[in-house]
Amino acid sequence: MIDQPYLNTSPKVSDEIRQTTCYMCACRCGIDVHLKDGKVAYIEGNRNHPVNKGVLCAKGSAGIMQVNAPSRLRAPLKRVGPRGAGKFKEITWDEALQLAVGCLKPVRDKNPEKLAFFTGRDQSQSFTSFWAQDFGTPNYAAHGGFCSVNMATAGIYTIGGAFWEFGEPDWEKTKMFMIFGVAEDHDSNPIKIGLSRLKERGSKIIAVNPIRTGYNAIADEWIGIVPGTDGQFILALVHELLKAGKIDLDYLSRYTNAPVLVDPGSGLLLRDKDGKQLVVDKRTGDVVPFDKTAIYPDLKGEYSEDGACRKTVFHSLVEQYLKPEYSPEAVAENTGISAGKIRAIALELSKVAFEESIELDCSWKDFRGEEHKKMVGRPVSFHAMRGISAHSNGFQTCRALHLLQILLGSIEVPGGFRLKPPYPKPAEIHPKPHCKVTPGFPLDGPHLGFVHGPDDLMLKEDGTPARIDKAFTWENPMSAHGLMHMVISNAYHGDPYRIDTLFLYMANMSWNSSMNTRGVIKMLTDVNEDGNYIIPNIIYSDAYSSEMVAYADLILPDTTYLERHDCISILDRPISKAGALADAIRWPVITPDRNVRGFQSVLCELGAKLGLPNFVNEDGSQKYKDYADYIVNHIRKPGIGPLAGFRGDGTCTGRGEVNPKQLDQYIKNGGFFMKKIPDGCHYYKPWNMDYQSWAVEMGLYDSPQPYLFQLYLEPLRKFQRAAEGHGDRQPPDHLRERIRNTMDPLPIWYPAFEDNHVNTTDYPLHALTQRPMAMYHSWGGQNAWLRQIHGMNPLYISSKLMRKHALQDGEWIKVSSVHGSIIVPVAEMAALNDDTVWTWNAIGKRKGTWALEENAPETTKGFLLNHLIHELLPPKGDGYRWANADPITGQAAWFDLRVKIEKTESSNSTEPRFETIKSPVGVGPKSLQWKVGND
Amino acid sequence: MTELPKKTKRKLGLVIDLDTCVGCHACVVSCKGWNTKNYGVPLSDQDPYGSDPEGTFLNRVHTYEVQPVEGEAQLVHFPRSCLHCEDAPCVTVCPTGASYKRVEDGIVLVNEQDCIGCGLCAWACPYGARELDAAEGVMKKCTLCVDRIYNDNLPEEDRVPACVRTCPSGARHFGDFSDPGSEVNKISESRGGFDLMPEQGTKPVNKYLPPRPKDTIKEIDVLSPLLVPVAEEPKGFMDWLDKKLDGF
Repeated sequence: MIDQPYLNTSPKVSDEIRQTTCYMCACRCGIDVHLKDGKVAYIEGNRNHPVNKGVLCAKGSAGIMQVNAPSRLRAPLKRVGPRGAGKFKEITWDEALQLAVGCLKPVRDKNPEKLAFFTGRDQSQSFTSFWAQDFGTPNYAAHGGFCSVNMATAGIYTIGGAFWEFGEPDWEKTKMFMIFGVAEDHDSNPIKIGLSRLKERGSKIIAVNPIRTGYNAIADEWIGIVPGTDGQFILALVHELLKAGKIDLDYLSRYTNAPVLVDPGSGLLLRDKDGKQLVVDKRTGDVVPFDKTAIYPDLKGEYSEDGACRKTVFHSLVEQYLKPEYSPEAVAENTGISAGKIRAIALELSKVAFEESIELDCSWKDFRGEEHKKMVGRPVSFHAMRGISAHSNGFQTCRALHLLQILLGSIEVPGGFRLKPPYPKPAEIHPKPHCKVTPGFPLDGPHLGFVHGPDDLMLKEDGTPARIDKAFTWENPMSAHGLMHMVISNAYHGDPYRIDTLFLYMANMSWNSSMNTRGVIKMLTDVNEDGNYIIPNIIYSDAYSSEMVAYADLILPDTTYLERHDCISILDRPISKAGALADAIRWPVITPDRNVRGFQSVLCELGAKLGLPNFVNEDGSQKYKDYADYIVNHIRKPGIGPLAGFRGDGTCTGRGEVNPKQLDQYIKNGGFFMKKIPDGCHYYKPWNMDYQSWAVEMGLYDSPQPYLFQLYLEPLRKFQRAAEGHGDRQPPDHLRERIRNTMDPLPIWYPAFEDNHVNTTDYPLHALTQRPMAMYHSWGGQNAWLRQIHGMNPLYISSKLMRKHALQDGEWIKVSSVHGSIIVPVAEMAALNDDTVWTWNAIGKRKGTWALEENAPETTKGFLLNHLIHELLPPKGDGYRWANADPITGQAAWFDLRVKIEKTESSNSTEPRFETIKSPVGVGPKSLQWKVGND
Repeated sequence: MTELPKKTKRKLGLVIDLDTCVGCHACVVSCKGWNTKNYGVPLSDQDPYGSDPEGTFLNRVHTYEVQPVEGEAQLVHFPRSCLHCEDAPCVTVCPTGASYKRVEDGIVLVNEQDCIGCGLCAWACPYGARELDAAEGVMKKCTLCVDRIYNDNLPEEDRVPACVRTCPSGARHFGDFSDPGSEVNKISESRGGFDLMPEQGTKPVNKYLPPRPKDTIKEIDVLSPLLVPVAEEPKGFMDWLDKKLDGF
């Protein structure tokens, strides 16, 4: 007989569970925070939450180590030493706000544009942009420009939505899933859940990525493509499918601008007097607006007048993509994918799309009044992220991928890719950008938006850029997210002008969020002849002792994500699913034990002290007590506020009066709100009138907005025409050729810009970074648990290169780009494109930061590739500063990087080495035994 | 020497799917979180902010590269924790009786009050599944969340190990292998579930599912009839289109 000890198998789990939204990455999962004695005891996923359905990743579960991290800032700080030294004095909030007002008030009164306010991985952009607009500066944006603006912009212009936050595969019905350039960038738990569903059904997963990690590792097929050539590969698939007639002609006729007529002279689309695109009705032969009742647009339509024949977009498309330069044979060598493999993938796509199509017995009525008895689905779906986005050809590559999806008829159909409310919506109903500055008054409209031609650019009367980041200029006309990565460099060089105050929120711009890190540090610390800093004032808000803290003059310490209110707003990027409208909040599930305040609440107070009209009452008093007050009481337009749920008496959705108990109802509901799209509206949403009516009812738009997918993107053609000399607003001569070559209205591929600026024989390798699944940007490094998983980062290189350079794991190499060099440890990886090297993103830390000890592996064996990447391309000798960015959107071209490697002597530290920053918070303890409660 | 039960009433354990595991470490950290708060002493961390951070984990994920004889190299993520072996050498080696296998469900546990931290069990375990907590000097190991799976304070659906509840890619399954009809047995049988290092004779309860075959799409010859061109030139294509559109 074995004597087993007594064991209580039903211990008390916690005193209380509070449900809020995770912020350990951008995924926005629901979490159950277990509390004991008022402290965080355990965090797990919220089972009812639409995003993560109960699961939670490593980062989410490690949140407990984030809210107790010794790197948390404790009080407002005023710089007392030189910038970069890390010498600060703790001050009161009254002093801090007084300093901020003293700095900002004169700017607003005289030159509001001299404030550059940029936020990082901020999830409150509809609020921070509103504040900046009220301040009156044109210089506001978040971090999209150096993240994935190519993806977002290409998607919104082309299909009225995009990958990641704006759409998702139909996980339950898709039969084949293809991912391009996806690591753990975004939507991480939904993708993992989705992959698991596909695996259960045996649906094929094809991964296109130079690196076979993570999702790519479990895919059925791996295409180890050469970086930057995805567009070529995709257009070869287009070529093959088109040539074989494996395209959805009915879908193209009905829902895209393939049948729209093109004026052969101008290349512009034919439109009626209301601006509606024109098609030939196959039934009558008449030229009619695309949305006319009961027509059937003719893909082969023609219309002759004045001796000129107008043919369709589809006609141009066929002429373009049947060219031999798009054939698999033509692209095989450059992409590193054999022609036979390209053809095999095309075949798989066509088989699944057309031989395994889905028909749902679900009737619906389209925008032309036609009743459909069924919903037909082409069950192939796609997802893509930064791997294709972060290149100088990224916008066109993302467009190419949407073209492929559309030719297959696989967007907004059963088994395909579906958009999430408030998407779909046409690009035209998004705001346009605004830049009109009036000292002492708000800006004339929202900063960011979608341009539709040269007239919408943000240029001053003399033609120079209105914005500090040169967004919406000829250098990058469609830069819908701004260019945060150019702000410091442009401000330093006075190009286009100098600024007074740089105001940043949670953006580690002196380290991993900047290209050319050492150069940026110099820009932040350089002084002019008078001994004053060239960027005179820097105000920064962060919750943690990041690398950026040392470079600010005033620090406004933020709370952690469990100590604050937030709203994942319907006005911004809510947490909707393809089948439901959903948004969410954060609320203080614990109380800060430090003298810190949520940044958005600080903006409410600062806004009032500056007298911003939307932040003061009529009597001049502060309008919003804090961010929570704003979330509930702000009205963007009648009946519509930051949150869609529980409006009015608590039962209204989308539209409704202010409900003072709204946040309580969100909390009671688990921290989120969700309203399912009605039956019959789940697919064909851009054209489905029942969906359109529902969307209007929900306040997503004010009238039905059916539209066509834009295979041919006319705004691009308008910029091209300007470059050809048409119109009053003309690009500078040095940009004409580039605009003509890159802004093709049909998706094209061109080589990454860096390839034309450096000798690729001297720099034969491509260098990339990926985000690890257990770490998010620089935040993870301070986390006692996560840093045990990723505490250092070697450079992974292929077996071929290991042999060539006679390297062993753990040996050291010098990696050089045309811009600089670094010394790092290596590790071999076989499942890697032969000519690609890569490492994990943002593991490397600067000594003295994040409350880590000076000899932490993050500082000795961790490194950033950023040192090798410049915000500018190498000078051409023409005197111009050419941004290392996509020429259409300004997206930072991180992944264009070309390098060479050579073996070096063994080392005990990565290089470059930087001086230690004095920590404003000291270092963390030597041991940790985290247990709360007594049982 | 500590005795093993001749037979356990149930055989609780995990099925871990190596085909689906993306190597995200969600299970690693959720295990750390739950077990820091619950069963026995907390899972401590030494030098958590220093040069050599090292803490106690009951579950770790390792990544291996596999180079097939033909074809592309592959990456396999391998989560590793106690397999709750039927012939658990870590139990029989224990000099104090602290290590034991539960009669009712087969879970292998350490009674921390009797553990002297001698480390013999960790040496005996061929899987490296036990870790001595450096702060308290007691042996820690996977408890299969024995304080969750029977816990009346948790909703019934949550009475599974923390790693199973959190796994985003559905790669972990929990159940009773003594029941021939159980889901874990069905999954394991249908997918070729295997024992880890069976030659060790430990009779592990946990099963691993092998990765499915990869890279099976074969290249297509130019002459393949499967993607027959309808035309080579735009003109021919538009003629084809004419005929097709007549159908609409």
